[in-house]
Amino acid sequence: MKLSLIDQLADLAAARQPAALVTHLATGAQTIFTPETADDAVAAAIADDRSGELEIDGRRCFVLVRNPPARIIVVGAVHITQALAPMAQLAGYEVIIVDPRGAFATAERFPGVTLSQDWPDEALEKLKPDTRSAVITLTHDPKLDDPALTVALRSQAFYIGALGSKKTHASRVERLRAAGFADAEIARIHGPAGLDIGAKSPAEIALSVLAQLTAARRQKPTSR
Amino acid sequence: MMQEEDLLQVAADWKRAGREVALATVTATWGSSPRQPGSQLVVDQEGRMLGSISGGCVEGAVVREAIEVMADGKPRLLDFGVTNEQAWEVGLACGGKLQIFVERVE
Repeated sequence: MKLSLIDQLADLAAARQPAALVTHLATGAQTIFTPETADDAVAAAIADDRSGELEIDGRRCFVLVRNPPARIIVVGAVHITQALAPMAQLAGYEVIIVDPRGAFATAERFPGVTLSQDWPDEALEKLKPDTRSAVITLTHDPKLDDPALTVALRSQAFYIGALGSKKTHASRVERLRAAGFADAEIARIHGPAGLDIGAKSPAEIALSVLAQLTAARRQKPTSR
Repeated sequence: MMQEEDLLQVAADWKRAGREVALATVTATWGSSPRQPGSQLVVDQEGRMLGSISGGCVEGAVVREAIEVMADGKPRLLDFGVTNEQAWEVGLACGGKLQIFVERVE
């Protein structure tokens, strides 16, 4: 493998651009593809995040898929977030925490995590949630949660979760309806967020949310 | 981030530091196998390695092949499994099979 190919893959990764390195197994010849330049089979491997062997033009090839790390954008630098952030990192996610309340989103409370003190809708518009992003709102405060959900619902995020009781969620649904979202769009929100495992402590709630998000990503069709 | 290291970057860093480097990549697995296709192991001419391609079962044999690949530059496709003689020597206790592509970084 040529160093120039590794450099090219690193540039694509830095730009969060999905890519695949295709190796012809008999000769070792290698080519880099992006979803735009790949044929259907390689593009499908990239979309499924699945490295493996493929036959291309009658030649046995190995497709090494290089996708950007999946991200979890958490709105609300609250107690549950302090448990969720390290769990999500262990599971391989890049974690970004958004909370405009200065006292909450501090490096002391969240070591090693990307923090944003922008207003949630502005933060999400900059972060541009894609098909490899999850958005979770944990503030309980409509002033903070709703603007984030509004941007998330217009994105391709693979998971949208909102913490809050059934009653809180019902009024959230009403507000989003009034804001012009259709029921089918609003139904993308997992609310109250998390699998029903009887979670009580912040860490248990974080676990239930991470489990539900994992199911949304790995199970097909997406379970709610 | 606590994500897995980018082993391609490690391979490039080692190479630029003047070491001979080979890269081993799992291309296919059958049956029980702890590492998925795309898992990688970086090896240098001293046999130092980073990453993993099995639960520790075949790494030793792959390092030996990798050092030969560094010398002649010819990529190799290796098969390990219960039907392969090497399995007795190397020992895939899980009973799985795997195929590994080894190439020189240049």
